[in-house]
Amino acid sequence: MDDNAVDGNAIGGLMMAVFGTEMTTAVATCGSCGAVSQVAELPVYMPGLGIVVRCRSCESVLMVFTGVRQVTCVDLMGLASLG
Amino acid sequence: MAGTAVRGRLSWQTATVGPVTDETAKVRTLRLEVPDWPGHRAGQHVDIRLTADDGYQAERAYSIASAPGEPLAITVERLDDGEVSPYLTEEARTGDQLEVRGPIGGYFVWESGPGSGEPLLLAAGGSGVVPLRAIVRERSRAGSSVPVRLLYSSRSWEDVIYSSELDLPPDGVQVIYTLTRTHPPAWQGYARRVDEQMLAEVAWPASERPLAYVCGPTNFVESVAAGLVGLGYPAGRVKTERFGATGQ
Amino acid sequence: MSPVSRGFRRKREAAPADRVPPGQYVTKDFPVLSAGPTPHTPLSTWTFSIDGGREPLSWTWEEFRALPAETLTTDIHCVTRWSKLDTMWEGVSLDVLLGMVDYDARYVLAFSDGGYTTNLPVADLLGGKAWVAFGYGGAPLGAEHGGPARLLVPHLYFWKSAKWVRGLQLRDTEVPGFWENYGYHIYGDPWREQRYAGD
Repeated sequence: MDDNAVDGNAIGGLMMAVFGTEMTTAVATCGSCGAVSQVAELPVYMPGLGIVVRCRSCESVLMVFTGVRQVTCVDLMGLASLG
Repeated sequence: MAGTAVRGRLSWQTATVGPVTDETAKVRTLRLEVPDWPGHRAGQHVDIRLTADDGYQAERAYSIASAPGEPLAITVERLDDGEVSPYLTEEARTGDQLEVRGPIGGYFVWESGPGSGEPLLLAAGGSGVVPLRAIVRERSRAGSSVPVRLLYSSRSWEDVIYSSELDLPPDGVQVIYTLTRTHPPAWQGYARRVDEQMLAEVAWPASERPLAYVCGPTNFVESVAAGLVGLGYPAGRVKTERFGATGQ
Repeated sequence: MSPVSRGFRRKREAAPADRVPPGQYVTKDFPVLSAGPTPHTPLSTWTFSIDGGREPLSWTWEEFRALPAETLTTDIHCVTRWSKLDTMWEGVSLDVLLGMVDYDARYVLAFSDGGYTTNLPVADLLGGKAWVAFGYGGAPLGAEHGGPARLLVPHLYFWKSAKWVRGLQLRDTEVPGFWENYGYHIYGDPWREQRYAGD
């Protein structure tokens, strides 16, 4: 994992606010390579413009969160499943 | 009652800074008073939000330093190029207000339970010791006798957080330090970054089915977690929490 | 309404107002902000290509470094509100690169190692406004800041200056890049504070 990355633990609060429940133990399946991981163990990048959650195995984008004018935009299209 | 608890967890609550304690030159512990605080589990964190008088806001996540049942406290390390940590470690004083969201986290948590008491390996890189200290305190509070080894990597002795507490560990808890940049003249302990040799000497053997918690900068966590898996720890028995690159 | 945290303010250093676009503060740091892991493409396999012209064009690292390059000092402005003044760069102007291509497209999508993209009008790459930069501060551009080469378009918010750039796709229609897809402004002029779509 890149030294600059944090992991899904760091966005536990954001995900709780977005999904209404604890999500760090949720299981994410990558839509590109099929790798399965708990959210807590996924690499997370926070470049200030938004939050990018990637696959641990192939580094494809799984989720993107951005905040524009108090609205949180959530893109989960990189996931095959999350639950 | 359930509605109140859910509201407490999902939304921001106003917190008042209580007593503050300087742990090291760059690290401070702040007690936080939150009305209706729902309690927390060892290993969890909170999100802290600050608001400037022009409305500007900044948020960061900080591990909870206290055990369940103890007053809520966070321990913050000042990052030189930080925006929130310099405020929390140098400016904030008792009576100031900030916002808290949490407690957060169901993965990097530990509680004593009716399990078979497998040993705990806790590995801390720098301020990664904060949630692990909460785990050790919870173990004492719960009256657990699970064997614990805490491997604590710090730049120097002066950077060791909670040193007076860790120097008198409870029965069954061993603390092993490694100082990576400078060490006192008569230092007999490890004086290098954690490596496979050190892990082989310190970590519980995989045959004892230990549970590991590794917390600190990302490169520390990646290296230690890989090392433990290399010693035979199943990946699912190595829990990780990565703080990113701290530029140390 | 959030309570004010007494004594908290955003980081700020004094800066001349005519140099700093609205809503920005000046920093002496150079934050490393990335949406993904730092790529490590070996120079032996690195290429920069321009597709969508009459014929695709591509340069190896040696060919790219043999092109005329220039040094420049400029200010950069990140949409996350920091500005850094008098940054020194070395790079090949897009006037040189696009000057070798036969095209009539009006837009580009810049693409990078790791999958990052950003869109720009061709006009904003021409007339001495944009470079493929390989040097920063008098030294080779470090990987964490986009090396071996990044796009440099200082008159727009810095998310348009794609790190680890590997080429441009010339297009007749504008297609939003990575951040533009998530609500960031399609153009991104810091002087008109075009941070988000609709600004």
